[in-house]
Amino acid sequence: MKILVCIRRVPDTSENEIELNRAGNDIERDDLVYSVNEPDNYAVEEALQIVQKAGGEVTVITVGGEEDEEVLRREMAMGAHHGVLLSDDSFAGSDGRGIATILKAFVEKDGYDLILTGVQAEDGGAQVGGMLAAMLDYPFASLVTSIELLEGGKLQISREIEGGSREMNEIDLPCVLSIQTGINEPRYVGMRGIRQVASVPIPIVGASELDLEPALVGAAAAKVRRLDYFAPPAGKGARILQGSREEIAGELFELLKAKGGLN
Amino acid sequence: MPRIFAYIVHKDGAVDDTALELRATAERIDSTAVLTAVVAGWGAELDAVCETLRASYPEIWKLSHECLAYPNAELVRKALAEVVPRGSIVLVPHSHFGVDLSPGLSIDLDAAFVSDVLEIEGLEGPSLKLVRQEFGGVVSTHVRCDISTGAVLNIRPGAFPPLDRAPAAGQVREVPVGPLTARRRYLSTIVPESGDVDIAKFKMLVSVGRGIQDPENVTIAQELADAVGGAVSCSRPVVDAKWMDKSRQVGSSGKTVKPKVYMACGISGSFQHLAGLKGNPFIVAVNKNSKAPIFRVADVGIVDDLLEFLPVLTTKALEERGVPAK
Repeated sequence: MKILVCIRRVPDTSENEIELNRAGNDIERDDLVYSVNEPDNYAVEEALQIVQKAGGEVTVITVGGEEDEEVLRREMAMGAHHGVLLSDDSFAGSDGRGIATILKAFVEKDGYDLILTGVQAEDGGAQVGGMLAAMLDYPFASLVTSIELLEGGKLQISREIEGGSREMNEIDLPCVLSIQTGINEPRYVGMRGIRQVASVPIPIVGASELDLEPALVGAAAAKVRRLDYFAPPAGKGARILQGSREEIAGELFELLKAKGGLN
Repeated sequence: MPRIFAYIVHKDGAVDDTALELRATAERIDSTAVLTAVVAGWGAELDAVCETLRASYPEIWKLSHECLAYPNAELVRKALAEVVPRGSIVLVPHSHFGVDLSPGLSIDLDAAFVSDVLEIEGLEGPSLKLVRQEFGGVVSTHVRCDISTGAVLNIRPGAFPPLDRAPAAGQVREVPVGPLTARRRYLSTIVPESGDVDIAKFKMLVSVGRGIQDPENVTIAQELADAVGGAVSCSRPVVDAKWMDKSRQVGSSGKTVKPKVYMACGISGSFQHLAGLKGNPFIVAVNKNSKAPIFRVADVGIVDDLLEFLPVLTTKALEERGVPAK
């Protein structure tokens, strides 16, 4: 089984409190710590577990610049066999559709049995996997919470639907699946693991190697563009209780009593 | 102005709440646009859904096919791509189904796609300005979407309250769909087991999120729940980390609960989590981060470390209720 996992580097919300900058039109980017989009770790772990059972190789791929190499290496330290960086000046400013177009061109060159993505990026729209599948004319399933290999080039998968229920499906290979968090326990990556893959070459593939028409990607082709960031409406807004912990606990206890929270 | 289509989600013959919300969304885009509800299904259930929709939509396109009896997004996508005119705007609820359907549909229709839309700012020529959120709702963004070749927009459930409108006396039009096959086949739905504690039965929930930090800290929440006669529930990251059972999860992919008091401790407050809270409970938020989105929806907030604050509240509750603190 040849598996491709599409990953992304994003601001790490466990390391930073995301907030607006002083001008109030962008997030504060000074000292922002980036890491791999957390749901992507579940996709890579799932791919590794599949090849452990069925044999094969896992390739991790991202669209971006030099700075994105670190997240490819992190996933290679998890055990991914190859990393590929799709990078070209003409890719800058691509929307989700543009990213899917670039990935499609790569998949058509290299060929994969199974393509996985994380369920969604913190700053994304849960869109690239479904778009890529439609472009390749592969079947697609989102929010996947289990994968089982069947005979005859098929998988049995479950999807997460409402109320904690699971929708069981059979899907033909090759296909694209977006992997829900919690499907597995992504393995820990230590510094030692990172060092071991530090010098493994990561090929950089550009538009010409992909025979990609530059007009189809990048900012000029983007139909969707983020204009700015701003503070969400405050809503009704909580009354923030003030005082010492004991005072707050006292006031809150009375509130719990009044609101019917004590039983 | 492009035509607007609202994709209607339904189950067991009943129309989903989002049907009226999508109508309100369409009016926000352009109240003069030709608006059509498009609904896929089969048999008596589909008939019932179409009949209901006549009250709220001027026109209903009925895609009736045995293969569409269960809403397999891969088949629905094929049917829609076949019948929806190019250049249209298609509105879809941002749910597990919308996430499954819409990105691919936008490719099939050669249209723009925007997910999880919260607000429509307005139409300027071929460009629609929309509002989304990123980073779990911590920040909002304006997005410009070029609709010159149409658009598929996934609309957040609850974001557009239904409008009070006179009955529409809509016309149902059966739109034929060709043979449908998919390389993804629906097999069955597995309903979760109820678990050791049914959180839906409690008036008071002490709910913990990522801020609980360590599975052993769940005890701190359990002690408070015991002291006030409630149960411990949680948000998705706690289940993903396998610290609590799925049956304790509140949210659109977990349980729907209706407590009188909901204490969200170390929970940021994503819309998927809040979707599981019904019946307008009194919400208490405890979070170290004063900017956490949960404070926007809570009634009262405590900006503090839950690991420090909850034990103090537990002691207080035990004292007040005449149980000596340990």
